[in-house]
Amino acid sequence: MSAAAADVATKVEKPPAIPHGWPRQRILGYALVCMWIAFLAGIAAYLIVAWNGELFAKYAPSYVTGLGVTLLLVAISIVLGAILSVPIAYARMSKNRFLSGLAYAYVYFFRGTPLLAQTFLVYYGVGSFRPQLDMIGLWGFFREAFNCAIFAFSLNTAAYQAEILRGAIESVPRGQWEGAASLGLHKLQTMWKIILPQALIVALRPYGNEIILMIKGSAIVAIITVYDLMGITKLTYSRTFDFQSYVWAAIIYLIIVETLRHAVEWIERRITIHLQR
Amino acid sequence: MSTALRIALAASAALLTLGVAQAQEKTLRIGTEGAYPPFNNLTADGQLVGFDIDIAKALCDEMKVKCTFVAQDWDGIIPALQAGKFDAIVASMSITPERAEKVDFTNKYYNTPPAIAAPKDSDIKGVTKEDLAGKTIGVQASTTHFNYSTKAYTDSTIKPYPTAQEYQLDLANGRVDAVNDDITVLEGWLATPDGACCKLIGAITPDIEIHGPGAGIAVRKGDTELVNQFNKAIDAIRANGKYKEINDKYFKYDVYGGES
Repeated sequence: MSAAAADVATKVEKPPAIPHGWPRQRILGYALVCMWIAFLAGIAAYLIVAWNGELFAKYAPSYVTGLGVTLLLVAISIVLGAILSVPIAYARMSKNRFLSGLAYAYVYFFRGTPLLAQTFLVYYGVGSFRPQLDMIGLWGFFREAFNCAIFAFSLNTAAYQAEILRGAIESVPRGQWEGAASLGLHKLQTMWKIILPQALIVALRPYGNEIILMIKGSAIVAIITVYDLMGITKLTYSRTFDFQSYVWAAIIYLIIVETLRHAVEWIERRITIHLQR
Repeated sequence: MSTALRIALAASAALLTLGVAQAQEKTLRIGTEGAYPPFNNLTADGQLVGFDIDIAKALCDEMKVKCTFVAQDWDGIIPALQAGKFDAIVASMSITPERAEKVDFTNKYYNTPPAIAAPKDSDIKGVTKEDLAGKTIGVQASTTHFNYSTKAYTDSTIKPYPTAQEYQLDLANGRVDAVNDDITVLEGWLATPDGACCKLIGAITPDIEIHGPGAGIAVRKGDTELVNQFNKAIDAIRANGKYKEINDKYFKYDVYGGES
């Protein structure tokens, strides 16, 4: 055993020395970086040239409102999705064939179809069953486009979050369960105190990605009449025909995503202190 | 010479010859929406039909050019014209000052008033601001009707839709209390089985500042020659009866409106 390990160790080679001078890769790398810098400078220059104080004063407040709608929509959907994902992940890992099959079908459907199609299905599909919904008193909820968006987004993100949760829980070695059992801990206690803390470290990055995907995906609610950031942008564009309305929206989305990315990195640094060497 | 460079050269050469060939044939590409019956609509088998299409074909015949049609979403129709995806927009586009800053317009080729429609059991009595106070109004986004609704019906909630079909669906299932659009579009829809839910409340007196003088053909800024050709062709089909023939195929009255 140890001899075999030593064998492997001797076969490992040193990483190649960093090449000197100007190899092809380095030239290409610098060229690409220069292209990006030129691109960003171009956008900045465009914004300076196209700057229109009157336009900004007129539409900036509605952009803020739109941003609020986007953030609220994503926040509610992510939280509802997280709650919903727990039973789905549980069912997915269940030994009961029926239960796990059902959860699999759910995840399969929501991950396999576009969010746009799901949102349309909820908004216009549900709309055509108005008499039936009226009867059970649910029409009041589905009448509002915002509620329909929350409904569709929560179901969608629940499917993704359930998979993230399941993957993370299954990534914790079996030995942890066995060790806890040998200490006489209850299954729920094991889950709460031993498995989940380790699993959530694994799950953190995928969760961050999922939130970012939701924020970008939420732009589609504009077509079911919700005035989110994208809706406001389209409205502004249709009034002004000024291309910079889209540039501003892109910049705002970029800032949110960048902020989130850093927040996730900060959290990760905090919760993995004990793993750092 | 590297392969990539060779391919790029060959491609640009091909593009050049293609451009020359197109210029020789004198093909005019016309952009339209394809979701605004009876003016322009895509049939189930992908054919563009409607008043706009027939008028455009008649104008092309008059101008002796070959025309092809491109269907393009309404929201992006002006940028697509500017980007050169087509040379003219014949899509019931109202001539407005904001649009005229970005494109050049021909004279109008029709002008019909806007109107309000609502479900048959609606309690909406008229089309004034008071009549619609507290109601939700569905309108197609980026249209003069949307601009008018947000300006005139300040006590109502205005919901923007990507196309006419979507607000029609939501009026039928009750998500909006009323809709605002061109009277001919609403009448056309109300006459179909889908429009059986609803009725016309009344026409709105057009506001010249918002609605403009009517629908015109839009071309890229500075394309004056094309504007002149279109204007001459519009006058010609008005004079030779071709316009009336198309008009009568779709409408019971003359949609051209008064001489302006």
